[in-house]
Amino acid sequence: MFYREAGDFSTTYPQDSQTFPIKFDRYRYYVVLVIAFGIIPFIINDYWANAVFVPFLIYAIAAIGLNILTGYCGQVSLGTGAFMAVGAYSCYKLMTAFPEVSMLIHIPLAGLITAGVVTIFGLPSLRIKGFYLAVATLAAQFFLVWLFNKVGWFYNYSASGQISAPQRDVFGIIVTGPNTAAWAKYMICLVFVTICAVLARNLTRGTTGRTWMAIRDMDIAAEIIGVNPLKAKLTAFAISGFFVGIAGALFFSVYLGAAEVGESFGIDKSFLVLFMIIIGGLGSIFGSFAGAAFMVLLPVFLKNVFVGWLGWPTDLAAHLQFIISGGLIIIFLIMEPHGLAQLWRVAKEKLRLWPFPH
Amino acid sequence: MNDMSQGNYTTADGRKIGNTLMEMKNITLRFGGVVAIKDISFDIHEGEIRAIIGPNGAGKSSMLNVVSGFYHPQEGEVWFRGEKRPPMKPYEVARLGIARTFQNIALFEGMSVLDNIMTGRLNHMKSSMFSQMLWKGKAEREEVENREVVEKVIDFLEIQAIRKTPVGRLPYGLKKRVELARALAAEPKLLLLDEPMAGMNVEEKEDMSRFILDVNDEFGTTIALIEHDMGVVMDLSDRVVVMDYGKKIGDGTPDEVRNNQDVIDAYLGVSHD
Repeated sequence: MFYREAGDFSTTYPQDSQTFPIKFDRYRYYVVLVIAFGIIPFIINDYWANAVFVPFLIYAIAAIGLNILTGYCGQVSLGTGAFMAVGAYSCYKLMTAFPEVSMLIHIPLAGLITAGVVTIFGLPSLRIKGFYLAVATLAAQFFLVWLFNKVGWFYNYSASGQISAPQRDVFGIIVTGPNTAAWAKYMICLVFVTICAVLARNLTRGTTGRTWMAIRDMDIAAEIIGVNPLKAKLTAFAISGFFVGIAGALFFSVYLGAAEVGESFGIDKSFLVLFMIIIGGLGSIFGSFAGAAFMVLLPVFLKNVFVGWLGWPTDLAAHLQFIISGGLIIIFLIMEPHGLAQLWRVAKEKLRLWPFPH
Repeated sequence: MNDMSQGNYTTADGRKIGNTLMEMKNITLRFGGVVAIKDISFDIHEGEIRAIIGPNGAGKSSMLNVVSGFYHPQEGEVWFRGEKRPPMKPYEVARLGIARTFQNIALFEGMSVLDNIMTGRLNHMKSSMFSQMLWKGKAEREEVENREVVEKVIDFLEIQAIRKTPVGRLPYGLKKRVELARALAAEPKLLLLDEPMAGMNVEEKEDMSRFILDVNDEFGTTIALIEHDMGVVMDLSDRVVVMDYGKKIGDGTPDEVRNNQDVIDAYLGVSHD
């Protein structure tokens, strides 16, 4: 009824290649932006920020990063957790070394450092593919975690081996440390998510994105057409690393406040982000958001249902939650292997004709 | 008709053929002990439709792979536009202006038809990644300019209706056409077609033949093609190279080749009594 292409003509190529070519989509996007920036910050409280919005936004950035590498360029990575740790530790080192510099500079810088590190670990991708590459990135995961544990310089030789975020502000608003207001945490994550998503979308709809997808779909044909596989793969690793690094920096400084590398950035984090993009949809920016939302919201939702409504004991609820999440993931992979993004696309195609399907 | 081996000549249908565009000199390609191509020389002139034929396993596709830089011959030289070509990676060869299609379709299945063809324009895209990220300035302009070229190719091959369709959903004949479109979008100097009509019915073959002739006629693209359908080859091509067991056994106009005893023997077999 509302979702219509009819009467929505693209008369120029820029109009046709924009992110939301259909008017309804475009308005929906603006509405989401208005709610996210204009309404939620005023009504958010600590519980919603810490349990739902902040982790969702941060994981969305990480998922966008991994989606560029795995979904768009077809290079499997199991090192996301460690790459987030690189972002976290470089952010920590920057915060403590240059306390007067704004977080708005530290976080992208941490992203750049991560991009460099990830590119180095991406070098084997030129020789090996698929599962073997996954194993190589797994090596990166264990090596980096070991490194951050072993070398005291990274955690400024603190006695506990932990890193903890000192209090820093942006334009006078405290964004890190224990005194941060819920809305400030939310806002800084939201700003970074929005920027990252727009940048990622622009990259993936243009030449670079096509180069990546060409490598993903058929690398030999891509090379014959003129794609330099070395450049394509390494740029995918670098850009992916940049986003994952930003996610790691935010995860540590804004969300956790204090982190220990093995606990916060272990292999389970790598798998969590990988599940997000598989469930959300490989090769889709929207899918990264959908997957992050699913994996963050589902446990919160289940916990509320079991403990809050039904009054079951917490440990039982926690175990049930594992079973249900795992089961849902399997059901998802069987029913819709292309993820939530594909469901969304199908729904939109149906909506175009609704209520007169013929 | 003038002497063809010396360059410029006029074809039977009155097209002017230019100078030598590509020359293969004494190419020998071995895979371990197997000799795929043995001491083959031939040339391709500007504006020409050149066919390579031969029975299965004759080394035709290997020859095309040598031209497109995928295999590197152990002996021999490849000359392109009057210069000797050093050993190159395939993507460097693409930059010289050599595009190709594949025997088994090699499209990017997860991308739309439009994106596939836009990928063919890659060598004409020069904007920095930074500009692409912001979708401002050069990247935005370039996207529009190249889209215009791509739309011309889409019009030319009559695939407007499937522009936004994911390639994976298309039937075989259309995939072949999209692959041709992707190669054409690069505006190549030399277009290599590896069995463009394999697995097609008569109508699709007629369409494809028409497109090949039109490409040659309108863009002046030089075309080298491998094909098994003799009717098509003899009708389309200006000159034909015949290979058998990695050796060249014939080279000339379709008429000359048709009457060549070695070629007849290779295709029909000889009695050994």
